[in-house]
Amino acid sequence: MIAFLGKRMAMLLATLLVASFAIYGALYLAPGSPIAALTGGRSVPPEVLAQLEERYNLNEPFLTRYWLWISGVVRGDLGESIPLRQDVSTIIGQRIGVTLQLVMLTAAIIIIVGVGLGIVGALGRKSVDFGVLLASTVSAALPAFAAAVLLQFVFGVMLGWFPVLGTGDGFVDQLRHLTLPALALAATSVALVARVTRTAVRDELDKEHVQTAVSRGLPWREVVRRHVLRNAAIPITTVVGITIASLIALAAVVETAFGLNGLGAYLVQAAQNKDFATVQGISLVLVFAFVITNVIIDIAYAILDPRVTLGSRAQ
Amino acid sequence: MSIEIVDPVAEAEEASPDRRTLRRLGWVGWISIAVVVLALLMAILGPILAPFDPNQGDLSFANVGPFGQHLLGFDGQGRDVLSRLLVGARTAIFGAAAVALVAVVIGTALALVTAWFGGKVDATASVVIDVVFAFPGILLAILAAAVFGPSLFSAGLALAIAYSPYVARVLRGAALKERAMTYIAALEVQGFGAWRLCVKHLLPNISSLIVAQGTILFGFAMVDLAAISFLGLGVQTPQADWGVMVSEGKTSLLQGYPLVSISAVLCIVAVVAAVSFLGDRLDTSSKAVNR
Amino acid sequence: MSALLEVRDLTVQLKMDSGMREVITGTSLTIAQGEAMGLVGESGSGKSMTAKAIARLLPDGADVQGSVTFDGTDVLALDGDALRKHRAQVAVVFQDPRAHINPVRRIEDFMTESLRILENVPKADAARRAAAALEEVGIDDPGKRLRQFPHELSGGMLQRVMIATALLSEPRLLLADECTTALDVTTQAEVMAILDDLRRDRGLSMLFITHDLELAGAVCDRTCVMYAGQVVETRAANLLHGDPLHPYSAALVQARPDISSTAERLVAIPGRPVSAFEAPSGCRFAPRCPHAEDACRADEQVLVELDGGRVRCRRASELRGRLLDGAHV
Repeated sequence: MIAFLGKRMAMLLATLLVASFAIYGALYLAPGSPIAALTGGRSVPPEVLAQLEERYNLNEPFLTRYWLWISGVVRGDLGESIPLRQDVSTIIGQRIGVTLQLVMLTAAIIIIVGVGLGIVGALGRKSVDFGVLLASTVSAALPAFAAAVLLQFVFGVMLGWFPVLGTGDGFVDQLRHLTLPALALAATSVALVARVTRTAVRDELDKEHVQTAVSRGLPWREVVRRHVLRNAAIPITTVVGITIASLIALAAVVETAFGLNGLGAYLVQAAQNKDFATVQGISLVLVFAFVITNVIIDIAYAILDPRVTLGSRAQ
Repeated sequence: MSIEIVDPVAEAEEASPDRRTLRRLGWVGWISIAVVVLALLMAILGPILAPFDPNQGDLSFANVGPFGQHLLGFDGQGRDVLSRLLVGARTAIFGAAAVALVAVVIGTALALVTAWFGGKVDATASVVIDVVFAFPGILLAILAAAVFGPSLFSAGLALAIAYSPYVARVLRGAALKERAMTYIAALEVQGFGAWRLCVKHLLPNISSLIVAQGTILFGFAMVDLAAISFLGLGVQTPQADWGVMVSEGKTSLLQGYPLVSISAVLCIVAVVAAVSFLGDRLDTSSKAVNR
Repeated sequence: MSALLEVRDLTVQLKMDSGMREVITGTSLTIAQGEAMGLVGESGSGKSMTAKAIARLLPDGADVQGSVTFDGTDVLALDGDALRKHRAQVAVVFQDPRAHINPVRRIEDFMTESLRILENVPKADAARRAAAALEEVGIDDPGKRLRQFPHELSGGMLQRVMIATALLSEPRLLLADECTTALDVTTQAEVMAILDDLRRDRGLSMLFITHDLELAGAVCDRTCVMYAGQVVETRAANLLHGDPLHPYSAALVQARPDISSTAERLVAIPGRPVSAFEAPSGCRFAPRCPHAEDACRADEQVLVELDGGRVRCRRASELRGRLLDGAHV
């Protein structure tokens, strides 16, 4: 297991490195000079231009510049946003809280509702199972921004149960403000997780080792807990992990739709404003989060399945 | 001491998955096909079918409900919603189709090359694929918009690149299996070139898988493209596009006039659901073929 | 020796896509205390289902008629706690050990599970008992094995673990369902030897299910042959091989290739074995029987006593002693 994890970590570190290289290098793909991309075509006084050239070492070869940037990143210096005249790290720090809250609330919904529905569907009667299948099909058809719009209208404007925009103050109020966004974000994921959970539990129920446990006279509750759910947890954890990882990018859409000042929403604004340093900084953070989530999935998988050796996790 | 039992019924069931697929479509399947056909008609004939100019707006009619020929009323700028929907189908559907096509082409090429050469080529390609995997499609599209300026093209290309590793991964397995078959080795020995073998033999045998993947990707592409246009980083307003319309209609929606946003959302959801359902059916039958 | 297990007129129908289908018809057998009974048949004969019916492991929707009595208790009527207690007394050893053991839990967990949960035995005690059981089935270094996962053990070892685990609940009847079929011949012999020893040491009753007539003959006191859901012959195991009473049993004996002789062709029984619901009326074996007559096909055949055993063939006493000749009579 250690060897397996070591290999995965090395892979993920390499991925992070190459991804950061791509993010940094993208600047140079932009038409026009890098300066133009950095300033977003705005006119700036010559002293600022000189400062920029100095700061970004534009007189150095590309690889040196990359190295300087990446070493700065590791120390926590993500550059400076020109339009806002703030450190990118400060901007991120102000907004990451909202995004984290949103993602965590969404993850909680996905796990509780998605896995819960899947288990109920697999273990319950046919009618219950059908209900779960129906609910998940409806939920699956609602991509994040579609769900966002519908929820906003039905529960926000028409029924007025939840606020439609903004982040709110105080814990409870913030939770209220995040409810609709989290539900919108969770919609398709809940469907996928419910479906995979249901299949995984169903498959496990048919397995012979479950029959063995029953033949030994163990109470059904124990059989389900120790053998059915425990084994089904392997594919369930993988799919839950993958859906949570995908939330990281999708959050941008929901944050924009609901006017939340999270990282994703600001990334979109920065892209529109050609605030390149911020785009780089936030992109790096998001890719990092994605990579870390995958590491956690791998660790969880290795813990849950002792058969895992040097190969990658079974898809 | 036991005698081998041959079950003719089971053998027949395995024989023709296509016939079984058609039978298993059911009424949901036929509705899905109808939706897809309708969407294609809208995409192809949209501008011709539209009763009014989708870009011409009269502010005095802003947010007015349906009447007369204006079956869906007006949007916030006084433009006919139905016309905008009909015209908007173009970018939504053709854009998604283009993305799916490009992703499938790149993914298939990658899969074939890595399956054919194996070894180091496969290893390096796998690393590259894993790296691209770290970039969710939307993130890549946002990056592209920042670098190249927001447009349907930059968003579409970014999405296609982001999806290709997924296709490559799925096809690589099937391609490897096919590559390892003895008839390929036999043909190689006879002197047939790699290119010809790939195109003439490997490709057809994974073609059903390719089509299935393409269909699934179309669904993803439509959603992601609409989301990106919704964010203002894809198709640009005031051009008619379903994703753009959702965004444009938001102010009206918050004022209590949801028709624009909701009709655009319903169009997207209907097409995606229909395509997903059909793609799912195709996928299971292609898996049976390639077992 | 009183009967420990008594199966009377067992008829089982299973729920299949095409409706309810009969797989066992009017089957009866008895196993005395300390007796080993072999249950032999091909696929579809109903032998596995009989064992499942006794162990209450039939699939959902199965319809069971007749009676199964274990030590005086009506097994089919048991429920809840009483059923669980019964399960402790009837241990089952399955065919493919790797599929029957949870792959993500350690061997110790597998072996001690029911002890810890049902009898509240403390973990350390349970582990000790498990180690002792492993030694009894011939596994060295039981401590190490207990800590391992199933994928680290060979098939033969896993089967020994299954048997050892079955012993932990101190059962009175062991149901071995084709438990050596998935093993190679050498391992098969080892496992059979273990089962045989255990039976003698503990006075365990055994129902040994197999398709291999000779294997059953090696270990069991009596052998019961099933065909198309019915018992067609019950006889002392050592007599069955040399002097079978039913044409089907004779065919099974003859079909086994004998390494010491040279034959021109391997003997096979023409046709294929059928399940109860596919069988014709009248004698179910008649279509494949070289000795069948019109009367065989017309009437339902019943079990008759003959030479200490029972056989379902109207021509049995007539054909006695000549079934292994090979020629049609």
